[in-house]
Amino acid sequence: MYNPFTLAGKTIFITGASSGIGKAIAIECSKMGATVIISGRNIERLNETYCKLEGKGHLQFITDLCNSNKLKELVMVLPGLDGIVHCAGVADPLPFQFVNNEKLKHVFDVNFTAPTLLTQKLLKIKKVNKNASIVFVSSISGVFCSSIGGSVYSASKGAINGLAKGMALDLAPKSIRVNCVNPGMIQTNIFESGKISEEQLEVDVKRYPLKRYGRPEEVAYAVIYLLSDASKWVTGSNLLIDGGYTLL
Amino acid sequence: MEIQKFVKNFAAQFEETDAATFAVETKFRDIDEWSSLLALSIIAMVDEEYKVKIKGEDIKTSHTIEDLYNIVKSRF
Repeated sequence: MYNPFTLAGKTIFITGASSGIGKAIAIECSKMGATVIISGRNIERLNETYCKLEGKGHLQFITDLCNSNKLKELVMVLPGLDGIVHCAGVADPLPFQFVNNEKLKHVFDVNFTAPTLLTQKLLKIKKVNKNASIVFVSSISGVFCSSIGGSVYSASKGAINGLAKGMALDLAPKSIRVNCVNPGMIQTNIFESGKISEEQLEVDVKRYPLKRYGRPEEVAYAVIYLLSDASKWVTGSNLLIDGGYTLL
Repeated sequence: MEIQKFVKNFAAQFEETDAATFAVETKFRDIDEWSSLLALSIIAMVDEEYKVKIKGEDIKTSHTIEDLYNIVKSRF
């Protein structure tokens, strides 16, 4: 069957696959024929994702990408990759006046430094194949807008956006493409700390022209496009997936 | 932890409302200036000053500053 978006024959590595957007991306990529390698910190939840993968030959690694030794170990055991999707991320609303070194470091370690170093190490030992596609799950925050208490999160996602553009230039000679997807609010448990109440979320959802938050699968479909050969001439781009939020 | 100090820390998050008007029995969500940013600021203040994690729901279920003080105290 004609399918320009197929991932058959591709090996795709997905971080943050134990929940939310990363989980949906892993499952959808497997459905598109990819061999999927997933990482996450929570054994039970990562295994839950693993059990939902379709097809054979998939791998899972429990690891903390912010731990430099564990990162090195992981990079050594990974096979050659045709795609990398950076989904691991944290969002912890904090008014700017309360920002301190520790909180800043935590958000940047997870959202920026770990995906940066992971990719760099993989490239250095030539585990990123020619024609590969690297996708960062960025956000509308920090690129198109921000949110109350979202300064540090926005900064980390804005940093990823800048990184991806520079990487796209540096990796173009290898025919490796680098892109971001920029989701608005997606129904996941990223706000599980509960700092944002249900009531506040109910008000927020009304600000979306399409009248609902996104579903994790709806981000996965965009990522599939960027991983597939259908987007072979697309690099350094931002793919906005926000239900019209940033139009207003 | 001391309740008057808690009221003072609570009042310090506000810009327009006179700090002298805050008391133990103040129904804080009825204050004109109350907002989602202030709710996040109270959560961050409690974390910074008392090393206690509270949630948006804790603020929602509290009526007076004392109600919130009691929640924080119970986890202190």
